Amino acid sequence: MRHRVGEIVCAAAMAALLAVPAAAGSNGTVDAIKKRGEVVCGVSTGQSTGMSTLDNKGDWQGFEVDFCRALAAALLGDATKVKFAPLEFKVAFASLQSGAVDLLARTATWTFSRDAELNLDWAGIYIYDGQGFMVAKKLNVSSAKELDGATICLTGGSTTELNLADYFRTNGMSYTPIVGNAREQNQQNLEAGRCDVYTNELGGLASSRTAMKNPDDWVLLPEVISKEPTGPVVRQDDPRFRDIVYWTLATLIAAEELGIKQANVREMASSSDNPEVKRILGTTGEFGAMLGLSKDWAVRMIEATGNYGEIFDRNLGQGSPVKLARGLNRLWTDGGLLYAPPFR
Amino acid sequence: MNGRSEIRTWVSPNWRWLRGWLSQASVLLLLGLGAVVATQNLSDNLAMRGLSLGFGFLWQQAGFGIGFSIISFTETDTYWRVFAVGVTNTLVAAGLGIVFATVLGFAIGIARLAPNWSVSRLALVYVELVRNLPLLLHVLVWYNLLVRAMPPPREGISVANVAFLTNRGLYLPAASASNGGVVFAALVVAVVVTLFWVYAGRVHQYRTGRQRPVAAVSAVILVGLPLLTALTFGARFRIEVPKLHGFNFIGGYSVAPELVALVVALAIYNASFIAELVRASIESVNRGQRDAAAALGLRRGQMLRLVIIPQALRVLIPPLSNQYLQLLKASSLATVIGYPDLMNVFAGTALNQTGRAVEIMLMTMAVYLAISAAIALASGIFNHLTRIVEQ
Amino acid sequence: MSTRISTAGQPFQAAPQHAWFRRLMAWARGNLFPTPFDAALNLVIVALFAWLVASMLPWALLDATWSGGSRADCTGTGACWAFVLSRLDQFIYGFYPAAERWRVNLAGTVLILGLAALLIRAVPGKRVTGLLMLLVYPPFAFWLLKGGFLGLTGVQTDRWGGLMLTLVVGVSGIVLSFPIGVALALGRRSDLPVFHGLSVLFIELWRGLPMVTVLFMAIVMLPYFLPAGMKLDSLGLAIAGIVMFQSACLAEIVKGGLQAVPKGQYEAAKALGFGYWRTSVYIVLPQAIRIVIPGLVNNSIALLKDTTLVMVVGLFDLLNIVAAGSSDPRWLGSATEGYIFVGLVFWTLCFAMSRYSHRLEHSLRSRRQRLGGVS
Repeated sequence: MRHRVGEIVCAAAMAALLAVPAAAGSNGTVDAIKKRGEVVCGVSTGQSTGMSTLDNKGDWQGFEVDFCRALAAALLGDATKVKFAPLEFKVAFASLQSGAVDLLARTATWTFSRDAELNLDWAGIYIYDGQGFMVAKKLNVSSAKELDGATICLTGGSTTELNLADYFRTNGMSYTPIVGNAREQNQQNLEAGRCDVYTNELGGLASSRTAMKNPDDWVLLPEVISKEPTGPVVRQDDPRFRDIVYWTLATLIAAEELGIKQANVREMASSSDNPEVKRILGTTGEFGAMLGLSKDWAVRMIEATGNYGEIFDRNLGQGSPVKLARGLNRLWTDGGLLYAPPFR
Repeated sequence: MNGRSEIRTWVSPNWRWLRGWLSQASVLLLLGLGAVVATQNLSDNLAMRGLSLGFGFLWQQAGFGIGFSIISFTETDTYWRVFAVGVTNTLVAAGLGIVFATVLGFAIGIARLAPNWSVSRLALVYVELVRNLPLLLHVLVWYNLLVRAMPPPREGISVANVAFLTNRGLYLPAASASNGGVVFAALVVAVVVTLFWVYAGRVHQYRTGRQRPVAAVSAVILVGLPLLTALTFGARFRIEVPKLHGFNFIGGYSVAPELVALVVALAIYNASFIAELVRASIESVNRGQRDAAAALGLRRGQMLRLVIIPQALRVLIPPLSNQYLQLLKASSLATVIGYPDLMNVFAGTALNQTGRAVEIMLMTMAVYLAISAAIALASGIFNHLTRIVEQ
Repeated sequence: MSTRISTAGQPFQAAPQHAWFRRLMAWARGNLFPTPFDAALNLVIVALFAWLVASMLPWALLDATWSGGSRADCTGTGACWAFVLSRLDQFIYGFYPAAERWRVNLAGTVLILGLAALLIRAVPGKRVTGLLMLLVYPPFAFWLLKGGFLGLTGVQTDRWGGLMLTLVVGVSGIVLSFPIGVALALGRRSDLPVFHGLSVLFIELWRGLPMVTVLFMAIVMLPYFLPAGMKLDSLGLAIAGIVMFQSACLAEIVKGGLQAVPKGQYEAAKALGFGYWRTSVYIVLPQAIRIVIPGLVNNSIALLKDTTLVMVVGLFDLLNIVAAGSSDPRWLGSATEGYIFVGLVFWTLCFAMSRYSHRLEHSLRSRRQRLGGVS
């Protein structure tokens, strides 16, 4: 008898397991997120000043974090409905592919092979960057060409690892890589003198510099050896989700261009005469519904995080310790590369 | 009551047989179903993400450098080579860890049984202090000590000006010899001759009951033959001492501090377990055995070599081989401190560059399982060879 | 004891103190100064030890800084305990919201009381407490910590951390792997080839892999084998990996216990007409598990230490949260103090458990010897 009960329980469990994929098979990422009620966002390990930091109270801050919050506000109407998964870079893509996170919002560079071979999609570019080098001022190095024989800290599994190998090979120089798991490990290795040079995206280096014991002891070399367009990464299994992530970014950029700010978004929603502002903020048309979002999705989003310019300034720009110049990340109207497609 | 149990014993064998097979069949069926569902999920998930399985990526160029490897590696090598580097680096770290842990563990285990009060207490303090801390903590502490607290190359700690300890690693003098090949060949010949002499000595003792001077003659052969060859052929030994050049040492042999930290932590942690195994195995030898050996007139050295150690070893080897296995598996902590072992360089870097999570994890698991099986097999063979033959 | 009472009562009589002193001297002569060589060696080692303690003491306590908001406040030459103390809440509760921390405290208190009831010999009702701790406590603690239903506000697992997360991983690993481990051990001893073969395969597979690999696999590979809509968070995946690994280890220990149960017990049960399940559940398992309790405790120590490995999958357990804290620019250079703190916590827990296991083993052995039973 006892036996029979066991068998019935097992069979029921098995049936349940079989039934789940049947129910979930057609569900895409968007439906899964809505059902779950939160976005799972893969970010860096929580110690990158300006990008993602986890403070004493457990609150997340930074550019990556604000982007995730904007997405949650757009998709779920609530910027707090987001769960942050801190990932070392070497498990980042695997975690996204395996479905452990919904998207990566970190400095992951868009490359041909990642797009084609890893079968991932970049939903736009939020920071245009390039790879550079940080060295101790006292070494008196003025160019990357003088780095022959250097010991270089870098992050494992990254594009910087590949660019570095190419750069040194084409310049006929040799180097020893010291591979760290995360930015903080590289910073500490550099500080301790385990390596002579730390190579990363310039934005990352600028933020790492602020995390050194004495930032003034360190200089960035003038060479920029690569293009590093970084943006939010999603799987290819749900094109609709990619669209939502892309338009979250595009709307943040458009909002800056149109002067929609955290402080004035409600007011503009009710009083603006600009037809594009009205379409974005849902005062006219059904743009939200076309993506399966609420009518006032953009209002909630901008109210929660502000526009692109505000997010950048708060975390990386003049309003932050990193003090990174906007550079290429200015609006196209100011001579930068940020350009949102029209809302029409 | 009586009648019922009689019926039960009469009925049960067949019934139980049937029930056993039924339950086995149902479990197999369920597992089969589970496997089908899991495979289906895998193919669904892969199809949904537009991925496919395959090992073709192993022949692609890796394009990144590796900081420390025993076999040569350049950026233009393939992922297959990355795998090979990972496996050899894991074996190097584990092998060194096993050697040092064994030496340290035996020393401390014997110290635990030392008649001197403070020596045995000191060994006890070591064991209790070390084994109750997580291995990862040991690794991180040594890593911090060697990488973050050691001086840079220019102010490196020098040992007699031939070896240097810096935060870039341990720089040792490298020895090389011209005509090294001939000397090495002589050494091999000496080892073979010694083994034969030991065997012949044993046969001789078995036949006649007399002992030949095995140890002394072996030592003479092992040292004398290579030395004689070196003198005859005029081999010149050259020792290359590391020299400070620019910001770093060049020449000599350098060991990455990550490797040193890993090996030291593995050795120190596992030595505390090995010490306890050694102590228990020596204590397990019956006191009567010692008394009997003494009664036969064996000297103390003979007693240890002929009576106690063979019996202690039989008790020691199975748990010791298990400890070696633990150490080998624990070497995967290298990934935390950036020593390029299999987990770090293959299941970490290569995995993120190629996105081949399933294939790479399967290969990595296969390597560890194969090494585990090899160690278990070796331990099993030893057990078989040293089992007590009942007469 | 009685000598001390009598000294207190009769302060003028010096004889009892003499006896105590004489015993000490006898011990010292036997242990510390049996030969001149031993005496010298002992003196050197004790002196070295004293020197070590004396040179650490000013750093660790006397010159240490106990409060401050950054490394800059630690101006003294001693340790900077301000780092640990200012972040103590974080090291214990992780990022758990301050207003809800009573829930962690409650879950912890119940755990301590339950364990005390199980481990202290004098407290009755071991079987009931054991079943309660194994079956009722886990869902209760899960509800208390996670919340989100039955009137408690939800606290996401990404806010869990510190000692609390270490204990959650450790306790779930022990509780969840126990039934699987016992089933595997029974399977391994089974005459039925399918059960035997599958159990051996499972046990050898997981035992042969490093925990780091198992955790990595759980996080990057396991989700591929789950249904598309199903999503476990990193904590869930990490615990799943640890349970697989742990149940294989546990199975080997329980197997040892099963082998140690005398054959006569099986035969007696058979003679009474017990079937396989009734023999196992009522006769064999209770004896086998009692025999292997020391092994189980030792295994739990190993598991507790191994929980630190969840660092590799991005969880902020005690060790990781302290390591992360020491890379905060305001506290750069505080790693030593942090590691000492983590070491103290783990060492205290593990040493206490190992002493308990040791005492239990001792009393079990002496009882068996008294009863003259099989060893």
